[in-house]
Amino acid sequence: MSRRAVITGVGVVAPGGIGTKAYWKLLSEGRTATRNITHFDASPYRSRMAGEADFDPVREGLTPQEIRRLDRAAQFAVVAGREAMSDSGIEFDQLDPGRIGVSLGTAVGCTTSLEREFIVGSDRGKYWEVDQSYAVPHLYDYFTPSSMATELAWTVGAEGPVSVVSTGCTSGLDSVGYAAELIMEGSADVVVTGGTEAPLSPITVVCFDVIRASSTRNDDPTTACRPFDKTRDGLVLGEGCAIIVLEELEHARARGAHIYGEIGGFASRCNAYHMTGLHPEGIEMSDAINIALKQARADATDVGYINAHGSGTKQNDLHETAAFKRSLGAHAYKTPVSGFKSMIGHSLGAIGSLEIVGSLLAFEQDLIPPTANLHEPDPECDLDYTPLVAREKKVNTVLTVGSGFGGFQSAMVLKKVEGAGR
Amino acid sequence: MTRAVVTGIGIASPNGLGPTAYWRATLHGEAAIRPITRFDSANYWAKIAGEVPGFEAGRHLQGRLLPQTDHMTRLTLVGTDWALRGAGVQPNDIPDTDIAVITAATAGGYEFGQRELQKLWHQGPEYVSAYQSFAWFYAVNTGQISIRHGTRGPGAVVVSEQAGGIDSIGHARRQLRKGVQLALTGGMDSSLCPWAWVAHQASGCLSRNNNPKRAYLPFDRDASGYVAGEGGAIMVVETPESAAGRPGTRIYGEIVGYASTFDSKMPSREPGLKRAAELALRDAGMDASEIDVVFADAAGIPELDKAEADAIKAIFGPYGVPVTAPKTMTGRLFAGGGSLDVASAILSIYWSAIPPTINVENPVPEYEIDLVMNEARHGKVKAALVLGRGKGGFNSAMVVREYR
Repeated sequence: MSRRAVITGVGVVAPGGIGTKAYWKLLSEGRTATRNITHFDASPYRSRMAGEADFDPVREGLTPQEIRRLDRAAQFAVVAGREAMSDSGIEFDQLDPGRIGVSLGTAVGCTTSLEREFIVGSDRGKYWEVDQSYAVPHLYDYFTPSSMATELAWTVGAEGPVSVVSTGCTSGLDSVGYAAELIMEGSADVVVTGGTEAPLSPITVVCFDVIRASSTRNDDPTTACRPFDKTRDGLVLGEGCAIIVLEELEHARARGAHIYGEIGGFASRCNAYHMTGLHPEGIEMSDAINIALKQARADATDVGYINAHGSGTKQNDLHETAAFKRSLGAHAYKTPVSGFKSMIGHSLGAIGSLEIVGSLLAFEQDLIPPTANLHEPDPECDLDYTPLVAREKKVNTVLTVGSGFGGFQSAMVLKKVEGAGR
Repeated sequence: MTRAVVTGIGIASPNGLGPTAYWRATLHGEAAIRPITRFDSANYWAKIAGEVPGFEAGRHLQGRLLPQTDHMTRLTLVGTDWALRGAGVQPNDIPDTDIAVITAATAGGYEFGQRELQKLWHQGPEYVSAYQSFAWFYAVNTGQISIRHGTRGPGAVVVSEQAGGIDSIGHARRQLRKGVQLALTGGMDSSLCPWAWVAHQASGCLSRNNNPKRAYLPFDRDASGYVAGEGGAIMVVETPESAAGRPGTRIYGEIVGYASTFDSKMPSREPGLKRAAELALRDAGMDASEIDVVFADAAGIPELDKAEADAIKAIFGPYGVPVTAPKTMTGRLFAGGGSLDVASAILSIYWSAIPPTINVENPVPEYEIDLVMNEARHGKVKAALVLGRGKGGFNSAMVVREYR
């Protein structure tokens, strides 16, 4: 008998508010949480905006030791992980720890901490030979992002398969896809998964500056990210985290758990094209969508909502619009599409998981969050992008996609599970 | 269940570039841990490493790739070329969507990253390379392999510190089971630059002994930590049906079992390595008695050596199976280490020989393991167990077997 992976708990740290409730309020109201960067002096940079989370680690219950030791992204993962655990209702200490896994997505890991320590050790880049006497004890944890999976595994008490999945901007989708595979193949019964990212530091901002991928609408940061709008001029960075408790369906049913939905299908594709560029035809994303739909035993016409990548660059908008049409045909025109990055920015390896959680909440509420800042539709993007205002619609199948540097294209199909009410 | 066989092996190791040179050196126990040359180590307390010698990227890769790649990506791309060539895979032999690329990472392209950080902070934002956005990040090798070889199947990057090299191969096997024909998989790592080096020193795992012969001594009473190295292995793993599509393709061996576990933070709980090994054996449908050699994780840190010896003893009995750690020749290669160990295990099967563990003179008697010391052991190897651990609690185990 085939095993199925369902979501029974969610936790969120996002721009606009900490916790799932605040996150949903922002999305459903179509408000934006992008603003001028406050984390550091961004004045030397081309793009000076981001979706910043107002995250107070003390208020969120982290100990002084945890705050000193952990990169901000790891702090997010612990806090969102605790919310997801509690939301799932699972007594984690009652489970066989060997049957609990962790799969955490991140694109740039602990870069913020690494850069901070580099600045000190090199005296602001003066010396190639970074001074060893300035190395902090936890420097190696910042060096390799698997330290964040360790932290989350400790939080939930996992002793099953644990790893980080790091595929750039699709990490947040790919980590959850990986987790679903662990459950379906029988390697674990519960996998705590998701993505976390706190990339707001100069080196990451510069990365997007130099390739002119980010928006320069610095005088209007709240409306700067404008996917599918003809006035768009690039992405706006963000930070955040979503943690998801994935559980084997029968395991969840046996304890009468509330089930948000099921990971019906997941696929990733490499585009073999360019490390940062996208081919306008969207063939690989379309391939990924087709496989994910097939795995989910869903037809294109079953898709009730498409959660787009919607990063706010023209090449992305054309790429995914083409992919949706290629896979869904005429049905693409009848399906509401929306992009959350217009509201919370692009949190790289976390955003895919934040988008999954937002999509699951859309199931719960029968409400599709909008694409904010979409006032002047780009005529080349001719689908229904749900501009500005959330839309009431009962949806049973959601398609969510991601696209990232390295050529990664991912698609996931989320399905409502019948008879799973709270 | 879909089977997974190894048909191509690409290796960049401190004691050999390419599978032939590596295997010859490894069977002869050729040490490659030396004083660091890649940067001036005078101001660091750790001064030795396993560096891949004589690697001239320009001889193997087009010039346009050089400004956009870190050293570890260049090693990876060259390793992948070797693996594909050895497997006899020509473009268009296999549909491009039926090829997956699954790599492991520990560090990113940190030498590249340090250079760009230095430019940013010393010269200014306008000096930062346009390639920084992807050259240093953890996903880069999978993306670059895909572009170089036009593969349009699934792509992934697994990070579980030094267990990741095994996990990537396990995940590649998963992709075969989901329907792709062939996967390029494994890991190559290199982080021999000052910025990365201070991080390595901070891990608390590097040996403070700078005598190359006395620094990395797993299972020895003088174990004092490990030595860092660079390199690893990229392999072609495919279904037997896919290999049969290219008549004459050499099959080195088969991947038959894999599992990963995690150590609890609570000291009262048993470490997970033994469970990973047992689960991998169960996955392979094999009994411990069928294993002819264990490629140990061999941390070189006394408490971890003891934990590993305990796990091996519990499964195989005292002195119950030959145990070896060829990484004593190269140092630990991080994301590359686990995949190089799997490659070595496969080569052991193919060439009927177990490579030795070098430099260890006084194995701790209480460990009661049959450590293959100094000299290779020749004779039939039908199956091997490969163990790997990553800092932070990661354990992985893989069983490989002769293909029949």
